[in-house]
Amino acid sequence: MSPTVTTSSEANGNVSAATARAAASAAATAEAAGPQPVTMAKALNTALVDAMSADSSVLVFGEDVGTLGGVFRITDGLTKTFGEQRCFDTPLAESGIVGMAVGMAINGMRPVVEMQFDAFAYPAFEQIVSHVAKMHNRTRGAVKLPMVIRVPYGGGIGGVEHHCDSSESYYAHTAGLKVYTPATVADGYRMLREAIDSDDPVMFMEPKKLYWSKDLVDLSSLRASYEEGTTAGLASEGRAAVARPGTDATLIAYGPSVPTALAAAEAAALEGRSLEVIDVRTLVPFDDVTVCESVRKTGRAVVIAEAHGFASVSSEIVARVQERCFHHLAAPIRRVTGFDIPYPAPKLEKYYLPGVDRILDAVDDLQWED
Amino acid sequence: MTISADHTARDATSTGEAGAVQHEDALTEAVKKFGITAEDYMLPARYQIQMVDPDGRLKPDAEQGTEPGHEYPLPGDEELLAAYEQLVVGRRVNDQNSALVRQGRMAVYPSSHGQEACQVAAALCLSDGDWMFPTYRDAVAVMTRGVDPVQVMTIFRGDWHGGFDPLKHHVGIQCTPLTTQLLHAVGVAHAAKLRGEDTVVLAMCGDGATSEGDFHEALNFAAVFHLPVIFFVQNNKYAISVPLAHQSVAPSLAHKAVGYGMAGERVDGNDVVALLAVLDRAVKLAREGSGPLLVEANTYRMQAHTNADDDTRYRESAEVAEWRAKDPVNRMRTYLTDRGLLDSAGEARIAEKAEAVAAQLREGLSEDVPVDPQELFRHVFARQTPQLKEQSALLADELARDAAASSQEAAK
Repeated sequence: MSPTVTTSSEANGNVSAATARAAASAAATAEAAGPQPVTMAKALNTALVDAMSADSSVLVFGEDVGTLGGVFRITDGLTKTFGEQRCFDTPLAESGIVGMAVGMAINGMRPVVEMQFDAFAYPAFEQIVSHVAKMHNRTRGAVKLPMVIRVPYGGGIGGVEHHCDSSESYYAHTAGLKVYTPATVADGYRMLREAIDSDDPVMFMEPKKLYWSKDLVDLSSLRASYEEGTTAGLASEGRAAVARPGTDATLIAYGPSVPTALAAAEAAALEGRSLEVIDVRTLVPFDDVTVCESVRKTGRAVVIAEAHGFASVSSEIVARVQERCFHHLAAPIRRVTGFDIPYPAPKLEKYYLPGVDRILDAVDDLQWED
Repeated sequence: MTISADHTARDATSTGEAGAVQHEDALTEAVKKFGITAEDYMLPARYQIQMVDPDGRLKPDAEQGTEPGHEYPLPGDEELLAAYEQLVVGRRVNDQNSALVRQGRMAVYPSSHGQEACQVAAALCLSDGDWMFPTYRDAVAVMTRGVDPVQVMTIFRGDWHGGFDPLKHHVGIQCTPLTTQLLHAVGVAHAAKLRGEDTVVLAMCGDGATSEGDFHEALNFAAVFHLPVIFFVQNNKYAISVPLAHQSVAPSLAHKAVGYGMAGERVDGNDVVALLAVLDRAVKLAREGSGPLLVEANTYRMQAHTNADDDTRYRESAEVAEWRAKDPVNRMRTYLTDRGLLDSAGEARIAEKAEAVAAQLREGLSEDVPVDPQELFRHVFARQTPQLKEQSALLADELARDAAASSQEAAK
């Protein structure tokens, strides 16, 4: 067998002879020039193609990711382009997928594995918590695990039970994991590339209801700016984005809740209220600076998340903002989250998910009368 | 050899053409290499492989448990002498560490007393470029692989979770969660195979661990991806207090191999000669591309699970005594002495070496290693987060104030 795979030059390995730019340029030529309507799914797929082209130690595997291209088609065409050694289907066993990825990362690879759905990742929980998160610390930094675990998460797609969980809080609570979640098409590309290039393990939470949402994006300029920027350091990790500037209150959201927060801000603007929307982007590490700057400016905040509110990322955000911005707050911070119930059946999910009205009600409650 | 999967169910009477054709590769290869069917290759031999009996006598060829396709040549004298030396050192290490626990120098030590033959053979069968993934009870195997004894014991000394660099030694940190490391072994082997390297990986676990889900997933992944992994199960009969009968009613743990389409073998786990013969052959087959193998070593945990355990609550002393008579160290000493390979001068030299390692352990583990509280934050991430920087500063400030207060106190 002729090796088409080499060791990562970045972590745990020898100097690589990374080659193979050809496949990426083939993909690139298919792209039209200038901004085009692009889906999040296409952006993620392009990020995988580009990462695999840039570094032959990047491997993609999981359930149905090969011939089928993933149940959400995020890995579409990878096996065809890069061969079965670089993108392949595994037996149907999530602990096996993550555990094998750990071993591959120990031995010089940069595996990117797919958990088919949020709730199907739970069999891998022990590997994630006991090894993925702890190997670097356990070995005093001798062993790096540059691996990405992609998790399609959240509801809003009419999915049946076990297909709609917001599982991000489990991972954010685990010391040693980085947790990214993009909310825009451009971030889908940038953040996945960053996650793959990171020497730390990244839980990459993909809001599945945004897979088919489109933004006007120029993928080739995104690629160029990412690849030029990598030498100057990472761009997204630990950096929240101001998704919409405003002056009266701050909506803090991430992943699938960002478009909902933006819609709420739009509606509030019609009523003469200016809401700033912050897209958290990476839950771990959390950008205290950007979030607190906004809240100090507006004096009011609502945190929005699909996940159950109790003991969650949203509770953490409230606690952090309260600790840092107490004297700037005109009102207690409010939260709009999923109820503390198992994710509902499809016909009931509209009652569960944070929506524009519920967000505006929370904003109305922020003690506007002095 | 490639044993390819044939998922077409066939019965004895209708050995149809289609099924036969699908199975041809595996059958012809097995037949070609060993003159036996694929099924006979995968199933363990009818009896465990034992070459030297508990009294230290070499068994006649016909009584070693070997069969056509399950043939094991006697390892060379040099290898056997090296193994004996490591057996004596390993026994001394086990007893020294247990003593250090009693003296309060270590929090805990899961001893492999009685299992030293398995420990030694697991390390000696591998080449430098190969990898080993040990459990918490496999400290002697890790030392035999050449890792510094004091570094190996750091995990139990209590100043960090691991004391050696896995990449330097090609040895995983001794794993506490059961069988999770078998999947890491599979991943290391898979990465090596993709790069065209001939690395073999030995993955260790115990009998109780075969009940874990990751045992199943690791064996299946290794088989499906046809990876050079040797799963080495030390069946020491107890998972803390629970006997093997509560873990499995399979004919043997080695029989589990056939369910994954890999070859299994049983070996006397207190006979280092048989262990080396079986593991050496397994390594050779794996390196030649046979795919994974499962080796079950039939041994016994002579002491309690750890110092915190009381084994009189769940087993009879008569049973322990029965196994004492099968001791791996004494057996090998008798065998080598009878063959004229070991004399009193050789014994003295080996004993001296074992004492030197014991002294090294006593010294290294009695040392009060200074701990650095700031190290708590240093290795969590390759790229640290602002939050951990903040928390690290918080602890530094707390310690600085404590230090200032105690120096003021001292000044009074």
